[in-house]
Amino acid sequence: MLALDIRNLNKKYEHFQLKNVSFQLEKGYIMGFIGANGAGKTTTIKSILNLTRIDSGEIHIMGKEIKEHELQLKQEIGFAFGDIHFYTRNKIKTLTNVIKSFYHNWDDKAYYNYLRRFNLNEDKKIAELSTGMKVKYSLALALSHGAKLLILDEPTSGLDPVARDNLLDIFQELVEDGEISILFSTHITTDLEKCADYITFINNGQIINSSEKEEFIDTYRLVNGKVEQLDGIKDQLIAYKKNSFGFTGLIHTKDFDPALDIKSTLPSLEEIMIYFARKEDAHV
Amino acid sequence: MNIAISNTSDKPIYQQLFEQISAQILKGELGNGYSLPPIRQAATELRVSIITVKKAWEELERLGLIYTVTGKGCFVAELSPREMLQKRNEMILKQMAIDTSYYKSFGLTIEEVFELLKEVY
Repeated sequence: MLALDIRNLNKKYEHFQLKNVSFQLEKGYIMGFIGANGAGKTTTIKSILNLTRIDSGEIHIMGKEIKEHELQLKQEIGFAFGDIHFYTRNKIKTLTNVIKSFYHNWDDKAYYNYLRRFNLNEDKKIAELSTGMKVKYSLALALSHGAKLLILDEPTSGLDPVARDNLLDIFQELVEDGEISILFSTHITTDLEKCADYITFINNGQIINSSEKEEFIDTYRLVNGKVEQLDGIKDQLIAYKKNSFGFTGLIHTKDFDPALDIKSTLPSLEEIMIYFARKEDAHV
Repeated sequence: MNIAISNTSDKPIYQQLFEQISAQILKGELGNGYSLPPIRQAATELRVSIITVKKAWEELERLGLIYTVTGKGCFVAELSPREMLQKRNEMILKQMAIDTSYYKSFGLTIEEVFELLKEVY
């Protein structure tokens, strides 16, 4: 069963557009949603949550169209954004009491458990919380009403390495029984290299690739050769960097001829993102 | 079962898992009927993706080192000493083929390789 099914999503702004965005997330898995700033991650996430009007396309969550079943589906979705603007002069306790009244399946036990794990004191005012603590608070809210799908926009970006590691542990625990699915966007790709099952890469409003993580990485090779060899392979490269020691470039594995005397390695997610961004620049 | 994953290694993680577990099976450290942890639980504990573990388990099954009982999990298969030996040799030959191409790239003869190997063995 698909937790999330997005087909041919289009949304046009004056200076930016999502073009035929399609991807699917199977129930019980973690998908990392990557892309540079301004690539369309947040617009896509807002569309999924019906927070912005889409021009065309279909979005199904757990088999149901979000626009028709918004109220019901939102009971089953937990979402959190990296930058949240709560009313700052209230205590956590007061705010939670308001928010929990919206959810039929609110679980106080789970909520207090997360407060403890995140070291949050419910008598603190929002204004007294650091960026990381605000993120943790919004995650605690997202995780405490029995959500089956978690949609998190940059949940790790305000957190220090220890808190990020802690959070990734929680993500993996959540999907362990196969019932909960997680979509999270990030530009800290090392977080995904470990725990994500699927990667979806958006660049300039278009999905470049969405597949199982190792398959995703295996689609590309990082090649390393001498300057003289560059002309022979240049046209096949997605993008390249040149210096006096030679060149490094990203290529589709299917375009790479292993017979050439050029070294190739598997790229990291970050390298894939960087070379695609360079490709854009080269065309400007 | 002991597993140590290196994130800096060039080897894909599923292959590291596969190699370490198959070695333990072939050395007899994991005996016939040993129950492997469930895929999702292993993924959480090892801090790798579910699909990575799934792939490693599938590869072990493909080689006949483990078998799946639906609803119960994966178990180490019963192998005769002859089968163990044969599978062990297959794995060693695979590694030797990789090493050999490295030696050949330096133009070493097999005799020279023997001599050097004796020094380190």
